[in-house]
Amino acid sequence: MSASTTSSPAVPAIEVSGATVRYGDVLALDDVSLEVAPGRVCGLLGTNGSGKSTLFKTVLGLVPADHGRVRVLGRTSADARRAGAVGYVPQSEQVDWAFPVRVRDVVMMGRYGHMGRRRRARAADREAVEHALERTHLSDLADRQIGALSGGQRKRAFVARAIAQGAAVLLLDEPFAGVDKRSEATIVELLRALRGEGHTLLVSTHDLAQVPVLCDEAVLLQRRVIAHGAPAEVLRPEVLMEAFGIHSDEEGPVWTR
Amino acid sequence: MDALITGLTEWFTVPLQFEFVRRALLVSVVAGVVCAVLSCWMTLVGWSLMGDAVSHAVLPGVVLSFMFGLPFAVGALVFGAGSVALIGVVNRTSRVKEDAVIGVVFTAMFALGLVLVSRVPSQTDLGHILFGNVLGVSDTDIWQVLVLAAVVLAVVWYKHRDLTLYAFDPVHAHALGINPRLLETLLLGLLSVTVVVALQAVGIILVVAMVIIPGATAYLLTDRFERMLLISASIAVAAAVAGVFTSFHLNVSTGGSIVLAQAAAFTLAYLLSPRQGVLRRGLSARRRRARGRSSVTAAP
Repeated sequence: MSASTTSSPAVPAIEVSGATVRYGDVLALDDVSLEVAPGRVCGLLGTNGSGKSTLFKTVLGLVPADHGRVRVLGRTSADARRAGAVGYVPQSEQVDWAFPVRVRDVVMMGRYGHMGRRRRARAADREAVEHALERTHLSDLADRQIGALSGGQRKRAFVARAIAQGAAVLLLDEPFAGVDKRSEATIVELLRALRGEGHTLLVSTHDLAQVPVLCDEAVLLQRRVIAHGAPAEVLRPEVLMEAFGIHSDEEGPVWTR
Repeated sequence: MDALITGLTEWFTVPLQFEFVRRALLVSVVAGVVCAVLSCWMTLVGWSLMGDAVSHAVLPGVVLSFMFGLPFAVGALVFGAGSVALIGVVNRTSRVKEDAVIGVVFTAMFALGLVLVSRVPSQTDLGHILFGNVLGVSDTDIWQVLVLAAVVLAVVWYKHRDLTLYAFDPVHAHALGINPRLLETLLLGLLSVTVVVALQAVGIILVVAMVIIPGATAYLLTDRFERMLLISASIAVAAAVAGVFTSFHLNVSTGGSIVLAQAAAFTLAYLLSPRQGVLRRGLSARRRRARGRSSVTAAP
């Protein structure tokens, strides 16, 4: 499962160049360019409506860019998806937690790209699922209905799905929302371990406190890329205030919880 | 006691001596099972209104089929699938919300059907199309039901994991390079065919019940999808049997009896389900309140 072997370091894991996306008259992304090297964790920061979700959808190929292009591991988004290279961990609000599936079933869905047309699990698939459940400490909860998990366990179940998939690039949408402090630490530990194995992670978050702990780099997005660099640089108050057009005599945005 | 058993046996055996009852039973059970299987996905995706829409929209197709002497399924399928496609197109190309689009398309189709019926001299009774005529199904009708049912069940058996993936997380399907739009189209196609199968049993108006109630009932009773399918199908079989026999003995509408039997099953599940039941939840809430009170009074 070492993801790093699938691409040479010269090719960025995620490459977005000059992407502009409009929804009708609304400009959601304005000439966004972004490169994330393999084996890095990149934090994607921005307020609501800053285009974080749109950028995710653009990388996933759910939203076509009006201009610009997207490459994942040097391939088009569609090719990378077909190769099983792109894992997606959804926001909690996008999941139907009452759906009658067990944790194991959800993780098994990560394997569908490896299976035949009927999606029948083979021994290798079951092994991959068990391995992913162990990695995320969910083995004991594998037969629970997905909604019967705590906030942090739910997130880990979807990370397990991406691990079972063997995705080299993971997109995580607000992985710390609705998660208590202790589970947050567990998730950070898990994500850092994945990075250590060569996975590339793009993590959108409101939780600035986790950014220096988890991320190698951070991107500040406000329809455009406002800053991209080491977390310490991007998170400097001057950068944040400048980014949001806030002068020191005004009150800044409330970021941390 | 013996009299009761004899009575009960006769309640079942006497109607079975009639061929039209046996045929009605066959069609109702087969249609019920196919609808029940599909209803599990309908419940989870939230397509109840879509089921209603497709069933009403097939009316002009059925009328035209009779006009041109075609099997009713041909016209029904064309108009069922056509309406679904039309709903999709209008939904994507206008700002009107999907439920409104569905409302516009299916009522318009239904109205077209009514107008056609009133202009077309036909031997068929509008009442039979609307409310079903399972006691008078022809051999052709039965064959159409059996063939279409077999097709739906075979496709579902082959694709059920993909359909569940689509229902649970279409974005993940997309991320795996599996086209969720195709799966959506497949599910809508299956819905169209299923509606046509069930028309024979309960008629246009009540079809929607058959593609919602069993799945919704099963959803109240289990957290496992495989069990949901089994429970849903069992409810449909039981309701078909109960409905046909009740209708024979009491001389009441067959379609109505079948759907009432399903609704009764839903009501029981709604009230008594071990985890989701209203009574159970009400009781435990009262127990919690009672505990709360006693701990308050116990406090110094």
